[in-house]
Order: sequence, then C-alpha cells, then structure tokens
Amino acid sequence: MTTAATFQIDHLQFLDAHGKVVAPLPAFANDPAALIPLYQAMVLMRIYDAKAIALQRTGQIGTYASILGKEAVEAGVGAAMEKDDVLFCTYRENGVQIMRGVTMRELLLYWGGDERGSDFAGPRRDFPVCITIASQCLHAVGVAYAIKLRRQPRVAVCMCGDGATSKGDFYEGINAAGTWRLPVVFVVTNNQWAISVPRDAQTAAQTLAQKALAAGFEGVQVDGNDVVAVHHAMREALAKARSGGGPTLIEAVTYRLADHTTADDASRYRPPEEVAAAWKCEPVLRLRNYLSEALAWNKALEEELLRQCNEQVQAAAQAYLDMPPPPVEQMFSHLYATLPAAYAAQRAAILAAAAESTQ
Amino acid sequence: MAQITLVEAVNLALARAMADDPNVVVFGEDVGKDGGVFRATLGLLDKFGPERVLDTPLAENLLAGMAIGMAAEGLRPICEIQFSGFAYSTLDQMLNHAGRMRHRTQGRLSCPMVLRTPCGAGIHPPEHHSESPDAMFAHIPGIRVVYPSSPKRAYGLLLAAIRDPDPVVFLEPTRLYRLFKEDVIDNGEALALDACFTLREGTDITLVTWGAMVYETLQVADELGEQGIVAEVIDVATLKPIDFDTILASVAKTGRCVVVTEAPRHCSIASEIAATLAEQGLLTLLAPVQRVTAPDVVVPLARLEQHYLPGKPQITAAVRRALEFA
Repeated sequence: MTTAATFQIDHLQFLDAHGKVVAPLPAFANDPAALIPLYQAMVLMRIYDAKAIALQRTGQIGTYASILGKEAVEAGVGAAMEKDDVLFCTYRENGVQIMRGVTMRELLLYWGGDERGSDFAGPRRDFPVCITIASQCLHAVGVAYAIKLRRQPRVAVCMCGDGATSKGDFYEGINAAGTWRLPVVFVVTNNQWAISVPRDAQTAAQTLAQKALAAGFEGVQVDGNDVVAVHHAMREALAKARSGGGPTLIEAVTYRLADHTTADDASRYRPPEEVAAAWKCEPVLRLRNYLSEALAWNKALEEELLRQCNEQVQAAAQAYLDMPPPPVEQMFSHLYATLPAAYAAQRAAILAAAAESTQ
Repeated sequence: MAQITLVEAVNLALARAMADDPNVVVFGEDVGKDGGVFRATLGLLDKFGPERVLDTPLAENLLAGMAIGMAAEGLRPICEIQFSGFAYSTLDQMLNHAGRMRHRTQGRLSCPMVLRTPCGAGIHPPEHHSESPDAMFAHIPGIRVVYPSSPKRAYGLLLAAIRDPDPVVFLEPTRLYRLFKEDVIDNGEALALDACFTLREGTDITLVTWGAMVYETLQVADELGEQGIVAEVIDVATLKPIDFDTILASVAKTGRCVVVTEAPRHCSIASEIAATLAEQGLLTLLAPVQRVTAPDVVVPLARLEQHYLPGKPQITAAVRRALEFA
C-alpha cells in the first residue's frame, strides 16, 4: 500500500486569550498603533450590536442576529478588503458590512423590515445579506468567474458559518472555485453553534478548513478571536487571489456569545459554564489588553472612543427611526426592470386597498 | 435563409448572441467539447473559446447560483440544465435569489440570466428526463418563463430572453427538437416576450397551448378545418407573465376554449388560464373551458408514455365537448 495523499491544517494565533504575543507578529502589526483602527472598528460593532438588540427588545426592529463574540473576524476581514472587492455575507456579518461602507442606518433599515436597507449607497456591488444558508457561495463563484474573465484585480469574499459547510451549496461552490482557480476567499466563522446544533454534531471532520483540501486549494484555521491572526490570513488570501493564485478557505474559530437571534434562547441547549468560559477568550478585551500593555491605548482614549461610537450609533438609530415606511408601491417597483402589463391590475388593486386602509 | 430544426435554431441564437455581446457566456454540463447532449451548443466552444463556453462540474444548483453572481456583475450568463428533471434543484436559487435580486436591492443589482432546459415527455428516455416543470417555475415572482414551439420562435424568443434585463427560464420542447424544420433567418431579430402568438385565426373555438403540444394542436385545428370548424390557435409562448389580453379577446370572439398542456393538471398553467377566463371572460363563454392535460401521476417510463401524454384524440374530444355544449 502507498500513500495517495496526506494533509495538514495550520492553526494561526498571534495573541493569546490574555492578549500576550505568542508568535512573531506579522509586519503589519509591528507597530501596535497600527492595530488601533481594528480595535476602534470592533468597539463600534459591539456598540451597534447592543443598540440593535435594544431596538429589537423595544419593538423598533424585527428579529436580529447578534455578532457578539465575532468582532475580530468581522474587523480582520473587513479591513483587509479593497473597495472594489465584492462581499457575500450572512445575517451575522453586519460588522464587515459597516467596514465596507454600508451605513448602520441601512443595516437597521433592513432589520426593521425595509428593502431600502439593501440598496447600499457605499459598496454598490456587494451582495445583500444572505439568509438561505450557504446559497451565497454559488453567487461568489459567479462573481469571481466574471472577475477572472475580465482579468480584474478584484476578489470575491464569501462568508458563511460552520453549519453552512454541511450544505451542498458550500461544497458545490468550493469545488467549482478550486476547479477554475477563481479569485475568491471563503471565510467560515466557526462559532461552535448552528442555532442549537453544536459543531461536533455538524460534521465528523476534524477541522472545517480541511474541506478546502478536498476542493483542491488551501485551507487554514485561525483563532477567530485574535484579530491579528484573522487579518493576517485574510491579507495573505486576498493577495494570493488577486495575483492569480486561486481560492483560500479561512476557518475562524470563535464562539457565539449571544443567542442565535433575538428569537432564540440559547440557555435551552447549552450550558452556562461553556458560555462563561468563552467570555474569557473574547476578542475585544484581548486586543485592548494587548494595546494597553504596549502603551498604545489608555483609559482616556477608551472613554473618548466609547463616546464617539455611542454618538455615531445613536445618530444612525435615530436616522433609521426617522425614515417613514416605504411606499406600498415598493412591492412592484423593482420586481422587474419594467413591470409586465399582466401585473398592472394587481398593482392597482394593492395600491387602492392600501389607500383605503390608511383613510 | 435556411431550413433548420428547433435545436439548430437554439444553437443559431446562442451563436448570434455570443457574437453580438462579449458579455454572453454559455455554461453547463457537457456544453463545451460535446456541444451539449442534444447538441444545442455545438460549435460554440470552437467559435468563442473555453472562457465563454464552459464545461462545469456536475452540479445543477451551482449553474443557477453562479449565473446569478455573473449576472449581477454585468455578464449575460446562459446556463444549460441537461434535462428539466434535473432543474428542480435550481428552484432554490431561482426563487430565493434570481427572482428577487432586483427587488431586494431596489434595483441596485439585477439578474439578467437565462436558464435553458429541454422540457417535456415523448422521447422515451430514462426516468427524470420527461418532466414538465413549467408551472413550478411560473409560480416564482420576478422571473419570466418562456417556452417556444417552433424553430423560428425558438430563435427569436431565445434572443429576447438573453437580452431581457431580468431572469428567464427558457424551456425547450425536447420532442420538437428535431421533429420538423422551418425557414429561419439569422438576422438577430428578437421576438416579443410577454406576448402570445396567434398561429391560426378562427371564429368557432380558441385552442390555447404552448411547447410541444402546439404541434398536435395545430394538426387538430387543420382536421377541424376540413370539417368546416375554424379554430383559432394561440401559442402562449411566455408562460410568466401571460398575455391574457390576447386569450380573452380571442375567447370573446369564439366563445369556446380548450387549453392544452402536457403537464399534470393540478395547479397547472392550464388551470391558471381557465380560472382567468372564468373570472374575466365568463359572459363571453358559450361553454365551460376544457382542459386537456396529463394526469396527476408520475411521468411513466417509456412503455406507458404514449398513454400518459395527451394527443390529438384528447384534444379533439375536448373540442367536441366545448362545441356541443348547449
């Protein structure tokens, strides 16, 4: 018997749970001050997240999926992308979207039940949030194919969760991306839970990163609570994709500190000790510890940042709340480029009924 | 001008669209070197190269999903699903994404894609190769479903589908692929979508149909003509949205209508047409609308296929019922 193939998956970590450096830092992180923008982004996300939950609890937006605990994944990915890259994200990637230039007002508009929230004024080519699990992997392949066909220096970045790696769409997507060596980076946030189903009930695979190997390209696992690790892996993967080196899969290992969504109660299926232990590894405090230790951050800067972020989030929430509901017409106005004549009567009936109900 | 088959007309339209617009890409299983299992994409690889004529991994859902991504980036993707029975796995992408991309981004992104697939029974193939999913696709908001019934209409409607700014499911009648030839001028002219084609004008009864059943329905109309009954024959062609104005106007003239489809009856497009006639044309009707459909059963394998597909006898009997209703 001979060996047909062997494999190895690297795990990347620079800052441990206490914010101590455990491996030589990559060049971009040599100056601790260079990490401050990442920290600022993570703090903004956490404050936005808390506000979104508060808005949901007070009936001012609909169901919301918290990003609590994965701020390092969001910041590490978002900060590495170029403006002309294309993001494919799930409902738990609002942080990356903020970094891409989607406004918090737009995000709240979406959660508040208004399609205008996906008409981003910023990243015009980014796809809207994808709810149906893993289906965005195929869109990313299509966009990456178009990019490659036109020989553009752009990359499609496709984010999904651990549960998504069980779906056919994910496998079909990574398989095609590998086959055609497409400029796409798959970022799998392994937050240990797909609603109530734990990671080890999702797959027998040792890592999610190794699924990339079956598709013929590199998979790497990173500590998803270490923003330096996420950002480094992402920079490398984007540079490779941009220079024709094909796809990469990054598995970012983290923990979903919140319920699946505001409609979920995670205490039904996971022990509080597990959550408490995960809090000890959370990404925001970890980076703050590192920056403080490196004398790049202090209490005054922290207070000022919190003040600014709160102000920004509050303004966005108010801007969302100030927006009147969309016109009823919206149901029809972008259904087709031009509404087919066959639907004119339906449109008229809906508008007439709406006009009557508001009288 | 050349006499060509329906599948050759599809091929001609694809070649024309690819020559006219560098954004048009064709992909699917075996569409490259093999030219497609029905040869609809024959010669395209040699003419346009492997970047624009692409053999894909064997994954139908991938085809629909990547078409959505390509379309949003400004390409004009045309994917081929080898047989309509394999198209069901694309319903998720077509429903959850293709049909709603323009709406959910309020026009920021759109989805000008074409999903082509051979459709219908009657060629004695293996299981899953005879399906008629027209009504399933037609139920999806935001897309178009187009089903040509002759080489000329296949050419003109496919060009229209490719140029349309919204997603189109383009069903090709497998049974007619090579059944007859027609003169087709390769002039790049598209035919109108969202419009019926009145193939025969008549005064006594309206026969409404689409896809491969147009063939038998025209034969029945000819036979009726020999008996002095002048039937109007309408090829619906675009099954979503449906040009009900043409159908209602015809029935207002004839007072009688038979709708013919080879799909199973329940929730079929024939049912939608009959319901609309009842709703909007009741006072013009002189007889109940008759539906000629396949039964609500699994498409039989080859040995029973001829008992499943409706044909001339069923259409003729339905016409008699409509004409004899007092």
